Amino acid sequence: MIELSQVVKTYQAGLATPFTAVDRVTLSIPAARLTVLKGPSGSGKTTLLTLIGCMARPTSGRIHLHGLAADALPHLAPADALEITSLPERFLTAIRRRTFGFIFQQFNLVRGISVLENVLLPTYPTGEDPRAVEARAVERLESLGLARHLRASVDRLSGGEAQRVAIARALINDPAVIIADEPTAHLDSRLSEDFMGLMSQFKDAGKTLLITSHDPIVYDSELADLVVEMRDGRVVSES
Amino acid sequence: MRPSLQRYRNILDFALSSLLRRKGRNLALISVYTLVVFVIASLVFFVQALKREAHELLAQAPDMVVQRMVAGRHDPVPLAQVEAIRSIRGVDEVQARLWGYYYDPVFGGNLTVLATEDAALAPDAIWIGQGVARSMRVREGDLIPLRGYDGQSSLFSIQKVLPESSELVSSDLVLMAPKDVRALFHFPEGLATDLAVQAGNPRELPTIAAKIVELYPDSRPILKAEILRTYEAVFDWRGGLMVVVLGSAVLSFIIFAWDKATGLSAEERKEIGVLKSLGWESSDVLLLKFWEGTVISVTAFLTGVLLAYAHVFFFSASLFEHALKGWSVLFPRFRLIPALDGYQLTVLFFLTVLPYTAATLVPSWRAATVDPDAAMRS
Repeated sequence: MIELSQVVKTYQAGLATPFTAVDRVTLSIPAARLTVLKGPSGSGKTTLLTLIGCMARPTSGRIHLHGLAADALPHLAPADALEITSLPERFLTAIRRRTFGFIFQQFNLVRGISVLENVLLPTYPTGEDPRAVEARAVERLESLGLARHLRASVDRLSGGEAQRVAIARALINDPAVIIADEPTAHLDSRLSEDFMGLMSQFKDAGKTLLITSHDPIVYDSELADLVVEMRDGRVVSES
Repeated sequence: MRPSLQRYRNILDFALSSLLRRKGRNLALISVYTLVVFVIASLVFFVQALKREAHELLAQAPDMVVQRMVAGRHDPVPLAQVEAIRSIRGVDEVQARLWGYYYDPVFGGNLTVLATEDAALAPDAIWIGQGVARSMRVREGDLIPLRGYDGQSSLFSIQKVLPESSELVSSDLVLMAPKDVRALFHFPEGLATDLAVQAGNPRELPTIAAKIVELYPDSRPILKAEILRTYEAVFDWRGGLMVVVLGSAVLSFIIFAWDKATGLSAEERKEIGVLKSLGWESSDVLLLKFWEGTVISVTAFLTGVLLAYAHVFFFSASLFEHALKGWSVLFPRFRLIPALDGYQLTVLFFLTVLPYTAATLVPSWRAATVDPDAAMRS
């Protein structure tokens, strides 16, 4: 479980024009379930994802990971809660690498290199055996129907294919939590349904899924176990 | 392979692939960088090789040359001084030298005419340097006229053209019998141009020089060490002059490299954000940028040094020869002996590779230490 307590994120704090993107959010995100953060643009969904995903630190408040970061920091996180907001940068990086898999709205694939190289990127700093890692990447890509694009440059992929490469990359280190930011924003309805189908498989595999979206295909889906509505940085409802 | 080594290898592989992705920009950078290393390395190699050449040639030169001064000008020395100087303790040998300059109005250059007692020199014959042979378009067996002091020409047959190996100092040389030198220049009997002195112990030379000055206050002893120092100063000065002339090019490169190296494009910044969000640490990103900078600078350095080596030692520094070899009409043609000075190469390496590598790391460090959430917002 991911537990947020009175989390606040203020940009340009102390300057003339401070902006509070996330305002006193208290929330429990269950493990092995699909949670959707919905709300209009500027409601603070993406900022909340960056805080949960250890990409930025909150201005105040606490975030606890319960039994999710055991792989990343075995000596610090046995089974109990790990409070992540006060951890040094090095530990946050380890958690990002092992615990979370990110699927970005713009996919954020590195242009000019192959599909396979993109998927391998998160493994480079780990120094794992390259053959084992490559075998794992090929397996992930094959399961997503991208076997014939392994050596192709990502610049030549369609939107749906690019997103599946981003998904394969998010899965390469076998993370416990998958975070997706507006994953269907650039997909048509059929591809959006396909995406939700994949999410269903990951949920069945025991992954914790956290998705931001204002697409009804996502937040009205039967797969969604918890839908959190946000507005102006605050949680306005949970269902 | 150990994970830590594998990490280095992975990041190096990715750095190489990143460089290939920005082929145009990196090739432009390497080309300009190589050009600058090439120019500086050519100067360093050339000046060093000339100095070494001068040292080797002067190894055969007399330990000391004694001139006579009249009104601050070089004047012929009476031969009577030969015996007096030879009797000074520590002096091994004193030889009177007879030489002068001959201006040839046809090709507008000065020749150095030197008397030699070499028995191999035939009567009315001369030996000439390669530069003289080239300029006058003559070879062994030809006859050349030389205009004497009175305007009358004398014919000399060319018995030998001096070997190329000595061309640095013999290019403009004409060797002839003492009587011919005296006849050509109307040089009085009983006088010589200067005296060449050899000492048994070179450490005694300053003392011998002092005794010569005491004996003949109008004399000027010149030690070999002083000649060497002058040569070094002249070559250093010429090298320095070239550096000043090329300074604007070097400065342009520094501005260009600084701009390219320090200015991370928006795409590169985004890429760093993506890598960090995927679990790369700041140190991983810095290692990546370090490898990128190192590959560029080492490639440019090695290419520039190799090109400079070929330019100086195989093509006789053809691009700089007029600036560096001298300003005579008779440019010597010679091939320098290939030699590499580890110290010079190290200095060159530190002056070119380190600043560039450092310049690439500073902006990367700034970008690598920001929160990775920038990638989420791009």
